[in-house]
Amino acid sequence: MTETTRTTGVSRRTLLKGTAGLAAGSGAITGFPYVKSAETKVLRYLGTAVNEGDDISKQCLKDTGIKIEYITATTDDVTKRVMTQPNSFDVLDTEYFSLKKLVPSGNILALDSKKIKEFDNITPVFTRGETPGGKKIGNQGTAPWKVLYLEGKDSKTFSKTATEFVTLIPTVYNADTLGIRPDLIKRPISSWSELLNPEFKGKASILNIPSIGIMDAAMVVEATGKYKYADKGNMTKEEIDLTMKVMTEAKKAGQFRAFWKDFNESVNLMASGETVIQSMWSPAVTKVRSMGVACTFQPLKEGYRSWASGFCVSKGVSGAKLDWAYEFVNWFLSGYAGAYLNRQGYYSAVLSTAKAHMEPYEWAYWMEGKPAEKDIKAPDGSLLEKAGAVRDGGSYEDRMGAVACWNAVMDENDYMVRKWNEFIAA
Amino acid sequence: MDTSENILHQASSGLARGSDTARAKAARLSPSFISWLQAGPMMLVFLAFFLIPLVFVVIVSFWDYNEYQLLPAFSGRGYTDTFEGCIAQIPDLCTIGKTYLKTLKLCFMVWAITLFIGFWVAYFLAFHVKSKTWQMGLSLLCTIPFWTSNVIRMIAWIPLLGRNGLVNSGLVKSGLVNQPVEWLLFSEFSVVLALVHLFTFFMVVPIFNSMVRIDKSLIEAAYDAGATGFQTLVNVVIPLAKPGIVIGSIFVITIVMGDFITIGVMGGQQIAAAGKIIETRLNALQFPAAAANAVILLAITFLIITMMSRIVDIRKEL
Repeated sequence: MTETTRTTGVSRRTLLKGTAGLAAGSGAITGFPYVKSAETKVLRYLGTAVNEGDDISKQCLKDTGIKIEYITATTDDVTKRVMTQPNSFDVLDTEYFSLKKLVPSGNILALDSKKIKEFDNITPVFTRGETPGGKKIGNQGTAPWKVLYLEGKDSKTFSKTATEFVTLIPTVYNADTLGIRPDLIKRPISSWSELLNPEFKGKASILNIPSIGIMDAAMVVEATGKYKYADKGNMTKEEIDLTMKVMTEAKKAGQFRAFWKDFNESVNLMASGETVIQSMWSPAVTKVRSMGVACTFQPLKEGYRSWASGFCVSKGVSGAKLDWAYEFVNWFLSGYAGAYLNRQGYYSAVLSTAKAHMEPYEWAYWMEGKPAEKDIKAPDGSLLEKAGAVRDGGSYEDRMGAVACWNAVMDENDYMVRKWNEFIAA
Repeated sequence: MDTSENILHQASSGLARGSDTARAKAARLSPSFISWLQAGPMMLVFLAFFLIPLVFVVIVSFWDYNEYQLLPAFSGRGYTDTFEGCIAQIPDLCTIGKTYLKTLKLCFMVWAITLFIGFWVAYFLAFHVKSKTWQMGLSLLCTIPFWTSNVIRMIAWIPLLGRNGLVNSGLVKSGLVNQPVEWLLFSEFSVVLALVHLFTFFMVVPIFNSMVRIDKSLIEAAYDAGATGFQTLVNVVIPLAKPGIVIGSIFVITIVMGDFITIGVMGGQQIAAAGKIIETRLNALQFPAAAANAVILLAITFLIITMMSRIVDIRKEL
């Protein structure tokens, strides 16, 4: 993790020489009229699979001429890569909670909000911590508005007030809760405390990613009335001990069938009936449902645990490449990608542009919580919901307005990781 | 040997053209030089890709760290954190103690079962299959599962053993049990099952290799001297197959000690493993702590291997 500041070894002149023939060639083949400059615009895009649709990169190439090369990794590996190989990517798509690690490392560059066309239209969820309808959103954990701005261009300090230096330009976010199998549980579920209900002994699961798992655990502990945290996303050592003690007792009593680590594991556990209640992500619930198995992304009275991600660039990006990066981010917020993400059950950062790219009935189903007028289809055209269905948790206002806490990196992260290992070993 | 000597001869004659004494000297030096030349490439690979990285791991394990970077200052934090509570919690085991106890337990079970199965498969191939062609054919048959990824071979067990899996629905339908058997999956049983399935072959090959080299006349002699089949097995076959047994055991033990993927997937992420601790630490960007755990794992595995090679001197037996 030693930092080596390296400028690209290729000068602009040689780059031009080298790519001129190539770009002319590709222009001739594809015939896009906008390829006037002789440069092939390529951006290496590091991120998790959430935003990385093939359709998005294809549409981006069509609209802007920028070729996106995806580098896909898990959340943890994305962070690791930024730390250890900051020159191996151009654009970074990552979650706000990892900023506490990324910003001090100096390996990423904040973007200038004045160069982002739609910046003023970004949902107030990010900027003010409230929904467009004015509902206040939970403040616990690494909420995006706490880490959205830097004090200066190369500053490593988060600014409490708005500045033009934005750590991550918001793209996508969602509110997570427990997934349940209504067909096997056969009664209403309304609280996080049900995860530890002995009724579901051997049929519950939680995710084995310490920083997220402990948040779900904290939601459960608070729901059982055992303890009320000052900030679930930044626990003291005593609070970590208490949370892990409750979870350890449940584990020893055989409450959990398994812990899951990735998307597919969570889908398989739920679809096969190994578990009937577990922490889950929205598209995983959709996947289970598309397999013909009943699964609900259950809204709970204590609220949701939310996450959000956005774009920044590597510190090695400058000159023309930086311009392309701005062009790409601007394109991403211009509607196509937002609509694409909304159709998967996520939320886009700029609602107005996404709305313009969606059919009214789609918008009504996904964002307004109304019954579907027509069949709801996924971006790839496969059937998600039949006409008449209503989205779990309802409208954007209802779901985002009920967010209780955000994914976080705690000050006591090191201690928490050790305690998590102890929990697994118990 | 011939070719390398020729090459060397040509090379040295090229260097010392016209000087008989020098040539004679080169010829005298050649045996040890040739040995170095032969061992050289492997040694370099070993040095570059194993020893040097290992030295780095040991160095980093004594560094300090914060949330986002390594701090190259001497610190025993990686180790002290790892053994946290080991004295305070007596008589209860601390995290690392529990983890290693579990890992060693799994390792022992897998070792014992793979040894048992591996030994008899090798025995069958070596002594009961007479024709060389059949021996080759059947050995190759053993490798067929290895044509698919070990992740797939592992995951394939899940739909079989699950609550609504094939085994359980068979048991329930046949009336043997009223409720699905839960311990079939996400348990120590499933972990051991998958590991045995994955690694028995690593036991078969070296043992088979040792056994085919046993002089058949020795077995005949034992038989002629009036030894029973069991006596022959204990006094002739097992001692002569020992190098294979030890090599196979080293394979299986080193793999299982470091495994965290199989234990994670088949144990439902609820069973601690030495390798899992390293992974969790790495993912939290706590590299020195991960390195310290890697050094501990290496030391323990090395200790086991040393004990095993005390029993059999592999170099002498090969």
